[in-house]
Amino acid sequence: MNKKLSLKNTGTFLVFGGPSIFAFTAVVIIPFIVGLYLTFTNWDVRTGDSSLIGFGNYLEVFRDKVFLSQLWFTLKYVLFTVVIANVFAFFIALALTRGGKGEQWLRTGFFTPNLVGGIVLGYLWQTLFSQVLPYLGNKYGWDLFQTSWLTDTGTAFWALIIATAWQLVGYLMIIYIAGFTGVPGDVLEAASIDGAGRYAVIRRIILPLTVPAIVICIFISLSRSFLTYDINLALTKGGPFNSTELATYHIVQKAFLSNQYGVGQAEAVVLFAVVAIIALTQSYLLKKLEVES
Amino acid sequence: MKGNQRILSGLKTGSLYLLLLAFLTPFLLIIMNSFKTTQQFFESPLSLPTTINFKNYASAFENMDFMQGFMNSLIITGISVFVIIIFSAMTGYLFVRYKWKVNAILFFLMLASMALPFQVLMIPMVMLYGNMGLLNTKLTLLFMYLGFGVPFGVFTFHGFIKGIPYELEESAFIEGSSTLRTFFSIVLPLLKPVFVTLLVLDVLWIWNDYLLPSLVLLSPDQKTLPLSTYTFFSSYSVDYAPLMAGLIMTIIPVLVIYLFLQKQIIKGITEGALK
Repeated sequence: MNKKLSLKNTGTFLVFGGPSIFAFTAVVIIPFIVGLYLTFTNWDVRTGDSSLIGFGNYLEVFRDKVFLSQLWFTLKYVLFTVVIANVFAFFIALALTRGGKGEQWLRTGFFTPNLVGGIVLGYLWQTLFSQVLPYLGNKYGWDLFQTSWLTDTGTAFWALIIATAWQLVGYLMIIYIAGFTGVPGDVLEAASIDGAGRYAVIRRIILPLTVPAIVICIFISLSRSFLTYDINLALTKGGPFNSTELATYHIVQKAFLSNQYGVGQAEAVVLFAVVAIIALTQSYLLKKLEVES
Repeated sequence: MKGNQRILSGLKTGSLYLLLLAFLTPFLLIIMNSFKTTQQFFESPLSLPTTINFKNYASAFENMDFMQGFMNSLIITGISVFVIIIFSAMTGYLFVRYKWKVNAILFFLMLASMALPFQVLMIPMVMLYGNMGLLNTKLTLLFMYLGFGVPFGVFTFHGFIKGIPYELEESAFIEGSSTLRTFFSIVLPLLKPVFVTLLVLDVLWIWNDYLLPSLVLLSPDQKTLPLSTYTFFSSYSVDYAPLMAGLIMTIIPVLVIYLFLQKQIIKGITEGALK
């Protein structure tokens, strides 16, 4: 009897769990473990030779000035992207939760860049930055736009931020709107009866009550921009002179062009650690500000 | 007073529409210029096209193998999303209704794995699947999307199925229905709201994904739409007019779906993010 039951249970497990657990194990678990192992070897793609070298790859990562400077470049890019995208998203969402006319259409409109993948988005902005803006700059004598923003490291940095934030704004807006609809109307009403100004209402009521939405938005924008690849590839292709390579771009090059799998994987692990530490710290710090309504 | 307020709110709405217009200018400029010749685009990128000319579209359609990319994307997105949703629902059900230790461990592993970025897995993945000679087929890519899509799918279904009372299934079991049949005839129809959320999120993810297919699909005839856009741009980067037409063509399929399903899409995004 017992044997029969366990046979039936095994059957249920295999039928209901089999395909997804098999795929999950083969695609996530095994590559993750092999990946960790890989960081401790000097595996060579061409010969297939491999031996354990301890922390050699990680030492290499921290000795690699190029990677470190690109990680620093990525950090700056993430910081500005997160701040800009969240500030815009916050205020657009605020303007779109008053129950005014046509709000649904406006929300739909601001969300549209999210339908587009990073490659298409990157080329769209590449066309604007390399052709349209220089045209304007030359026609009206605006120095800022006379040469393409993509030919200079400093301006290409901002081009990357603008293109990324442009897409993120609509996505974050949706989450902020969901957060604002959770702010009870009577609290807002009471505040306005007490004569609180618009600024005071935002600062003292809306902000503290929407901390969960803010935490989610910062978390999403942080991890998304830390891992940017497509926009980087299509917009600047790492140029001029590899000066705008974000971390993922560098890792892809290291692994699949220079064939340094071990070092590339060690860099990916370091990148993951950096993202995880920053994302968790912000959640922890911001959650302390949370207020129950 | 009333009239003043109405004017004020009208002004606010008006300025929001202006802001939206400015926000969408990049799209509008590309659409406008996709109807001009490259020469006209260089000379006056801001003017409206004088004629509506679809020549760029025809040339982009041909040169980027649009149909092939489109079909590949359609097959890969369609099958992966379908498979992810069905298998995640089944596994979510298994994890909720059968409280075995192995299920708890697997569920925990799936939750934990959601924090892992693709970047940490891509190198060993290419290495392993490359060694087995499994790269460059759609089937491998479908399998990978299943593996990557399952954790979030299981997590979402798990949360939903927990709230379904067991009595419904119990009475079916008493009448002698098998687990599989009970699941498909009683539980699955109740999961509709979750389908929408997952459908939206997974379609947007897989349709637009570039990095994973770029590592797996190497031959030209396998390319998905983002891959053919990339090839098209890197090989024709001076002839801007057809390039812009190509971009617009890539955007149109998703845009059409968005116009019909915008409510569900916004709902799906909200629910996906707040989970």
